[in-house]
Amino acid sequence: MNDVDYEPPYLHPDYRSTELRAPKHEPVRLPDEWFHDAPGPVFGRIPVRDEDADLTRQHRGEPLGERIIITGRVLDSDAQPVRKTLVEVWQANAAGRYVDSADDHAAPLDPNFTGAGRALTDQDGFYRFVTVKPGAYPWRNHLNAWRPAHVHFSLFGPSLASRLVTQMYFPGDPLIPLDPILSSIPDPRGRELLIARLDLDTTVPEWALGYRWDIVLRGSRATPTEA
Amino acid sequence: MTAPTPSQTVGPFFGFALPFANDAKASAGESPDAIRVEGQVLDGTGDPVGDALIEASQGDQFARCRTDGEGAFHFTVRKPVVSNGAPYLNITVFARGLLRHLHTRMYFPDEDGANRVDRVLALVDESRRHTLIARRDGAILRFDVRLQGEGETVFFAL
Ligand SMILES: [Fe+2]
Repeated sequence: MNDVDYEPPYLHPDYRSTELRAPKHEPVRLPDEWFHDAPGPVFGRIPVRDEDADLTRQHRGEPLGERIIITGRVLDSDAQPVRKTLVEVWQANAAGRYVDSADDHAAPLDPNFTGAGRALTDQDGFYRFVTVKPGAYPWRNHLNAWRPAHVHFSLFGPSLASRLVTQMYFPGDPLIPLDPILSSIPDPRGRELLIARLDLDTTVPEWALGYRWDIVLRGSRATPTEA
Repeated sequence: MTAPTPSQTVGPFFGFALPFANDAKASAGESPDAIRVEGQVLDGTGDPVGDALIEASQGDQFARCRTDGEGAFHFTVRKPVVSNGAPYLNITVFARGLLRHLHTRMYFPDEDGANRVDRVLALVDESRRHTLIARRDGAILRFDVRLQGEGETVFFAL
């Protein structure tokens, strides 16, 4: 059974780093019924503390930038909540600079911002992070290449096939149509799935704008009958 | 069915966020039968991929490790016990330039008999099967991941 698939290809020449890293061989397809239900990695050794969900409270002072809340539900492809699954996020600071030592962009680091968070989804599949809106940053893919503001997400879900690493973008960002990484998704409806929406129900008045972004992981809870 | 959220690259800047304490040890406790696995991630010209993330998992074991400037990674693991087929580890590869992660398997070199009858290995063209089997190198196992080209590692679609 093949549902709508919005996945990007491995080779997308507009994103130059794919050229020497995309495999040339087709992946070997394992019969669905063999591994449909293969359990995913046990991520329980990855520490998740309550304070990991608030990226504005990890240092002595508060980070500069626009404080925001990002929340949403993690669902399986039957739209059922994925409970107690790990959500990891990482991002640039408000100036568009990562703490990562590999980032040499000439924008300031913020001593009050690391930009990494972890949380488990709750009984209804909800996650929630407090952070600051990341800045756009330049990269060397082509002349004047700038990434739209984005937050990186990593999720496990219940099975090996549900593992997902992706990026969340912000609505109305004029860099979005210019980005070779988001544009690698052939179908515009697939790209839309990575853009959060401004949500006044999530927004806390006089404190932080809220963004809502739901995530659908591959696979369903349905247990195959075959042993 | 709801469409799954599409994948995007892990990018180059995950190194400050995804590692965790003892992440390269696939099981928590000390275990006398733990094996060290070392490998290298290489691109289509044979150059090292210095910004990849590898996850190895099976049963109650899970390890996560980054590659260094030489594309080298290592983790320690116990050989999993399986009820049928050959023992193996699930290996997931993330990197800048990989818009979707890659899934492969690491089989063990001292399991010739079991490897010969494993139904997943049997699906793989015989000339490429060796890319899935680690090599014994003294006290350690070597398992390289070639993303593209000569000796390209076999990847699986789940
Ligand atoms: Fe990024």
